[in-house]
Amino acid sequence: MADVLARARESVAWPVRAYLLLAWTWCRALAQYPASLVMMTLATSLGVFAEIGAVIVVFGHAGRLEGFGLAEGLLIAGLSATAFACADMILGMVEHLGRHIRAGTLDVMLVRPVPPLVQMATDRFAPRRLGRVVPGAVIVTVALAECDIDWTLGRALMLPVLLVSGTAICCSVWVIGSCLQFFVADAREAANSVTYGGQALTEYPLAVYGRDVVRAVTFVLPLAFVTWQPVLYLLDRPDPTGLPDALRFATPVVAVAMCLVAAFCWRTGLRHYRSTGS
Amino acid sequence: MTSVRESTGPAGPDAEPVVEAVGLGRDFVLTEGPFLRRRRRTVSAVDGVTLTVRPGEIVGYLGPNGAGKSSTMKMLTGILAPTRGHLRVTGLEPSRQRTRLAGRIGVVFGQRTTLWWDLPLRDSLALTRHMYRIPAADHARRLAELTELLELGPFLATPVRQLSLGQRMRGDLTAALLHAPRLLVLDEPTIGLDVVSKSTIREFLLRLNTEEGTTILLTTHDLGDVERLCERVVVIDRGSLAYDGGLDGLRASVPTPRVLVVDLAAPAPPIGVEGGRCVRVDGPRQWLELSENPAAVISRVAQRHEVVDLTLREPDIEGVVAALYRGTVASGGV
Repeated sequence: MADVLARARESVAWPVRAYLLLAWTWCRALAQYPASLVMMTLATSLGVFAEIGAVIVVFGHAGRLEGFGLAEGLLIAGLSATAFACADMILGMVEHLGRHIRAGTLDVMLVRPVPPLVQMATDRFAPRRLGRVVPGAVIVTVALAECDIDWTLGRALMLPVLLVSGTAICCSVWVIGSCLQFFVADAREAANSVTYGGQALTEYPLAVYGRDVVRAVTFVLPLAFVTWQPVLYLLDRPDPTGLPDALRFATPVVAVAMCLVAAFCWRTGLRHYRSTGS
Repeated sequence: MTSVRESTGPAGPDAEPVVEAVGLGRDFVLTEGPFLRRRRRTVSAVDGVTLTVRPGEIVGYLGPNGAGKSSTMKMLTGILAPTRGHLRVTGLEPSRQRTRLAGRIGVVFGQRTTLWWDLPLRDSLALTRHMYRIPAADHARRLAELTELLELGPFLATPVRQLSLGQRMRGDLTAALLHAPRLLVLDEPTIGLDVVSKSTIREFLLRLNTEEGTTILLTTHDLGDVERLCERVVVIDRGSLAYDGGLDGLRASVPTPRVLVVDLAAPAPPIGVEGGRCVRVDGPRQWLELSENPAAVISRVAQRHEVVDLTLREPDIEGVVAALYRGTVASGGV
């Protein structure tokens, strides 16, 4: 029993602690240049405002999309921005895997007693990444207040679960996409079509894309669970594309499954690297 | 210094070896040719390396480029999984127990830094402390020691990208030693450094070895490193061990002549003197391979030619290694 506990501490608690310690050390180090920090944070947040501005323009012209009004559209866009910004903050640096492989810094990470994923994710961890999270969260808050939501206890409790699940799915997609770089050095752009492209996709009510796209992002690459299914649940709407309503409760399960797939991909990639030593 | 090293030097044969490799081998599969007609070819980078390093030893791991030095180092540190053979480093299996092993060894790559480019050295070392879970008090004490020994004081607050190569290497050594590892693995630690920096680092490594008993395994192309540091050298060529023993033994096993470089006042046909065989001519400059003591040959050359300048070249370790390999092939060895 004690052995199991010790192993759990080593494989779960230590990486999390190492992540926080390393991220904190980076933040402190980068905070020595406060002007640069503030500028970068503001610049980063401008991107979010541009995206949300586009959503407002679209809804301004169309009025309603597939039965979704402006406030509901903003809720979807805001959730999407927040989940992707969180994922970007937590694991975004992993997309530089190819660079680490080419420069040999992955070798350096492998001879340190911290999982390489943690080292890579915290590399240059900058508080400026909050520049995307904060505006996203503000928009979600405003949209939640504006939407006509029947706040039951269940809904209130589900909200954080949905946010965490959405972030977890985004993180997994990010890691899985980056793992391609273990096999093809320049796969970053290809992976970006899924990571950033995925975000663009989830910013609008999925019903606008047609049935096949919705089915693909539900069952193949489950981005539908980042914003679409959670919003259907919060607004208590039937799925306009005709998928069963029960699907929306699968969100946490999908998140856990995606994390397992990502962990498997990462381990496979790392094993491949360590057996080719490229 | 020598007497101290002997007293705390290599422990007896009963001590648990720091590195134990038996029949260690590593293959790479290369694919070549155009798509669809691609063929796969297996190449052995390391083949049948058997090596034991005991606590307290300093071992130089030598060999020409592409001989399998780096592959061996990567296997020892757990970066690369061996294809075959038995390997234990400080009693652990590097490939499977990489993370645990990382806490017991220190690794320095001469060609790339383990520090963070944009951070001041001090912050880089703080990150290292967290990674190795070094208690703050131990870290402070150890950092103070290393700061004094390696004279880090003046540039602790400087971002790593602004450090000179010599300063950076001292920083790298510090980062690799903060957790007091039992084994220090150095991959070309003095590459590109000036004479003073090289000497600082060599003296530091000797001190580390004698005072703390740290076992050191280093690859290098620098004869000075080997002569100053290594009582034992291991030579690898084309993946296999070609020599394992003392440095003197290595020299003795392969007679490599010294070369006298003569600059004449004017170009001349190849010099023919007793004890010096002309091996190369380039304008007024000639290379003579010596088979006698240099003084005698120089006086003979000076009698017959107008000599402007002379240089005597000692056989470098690369030459010894190359000659050693030719020798083993000729005698059907390996």
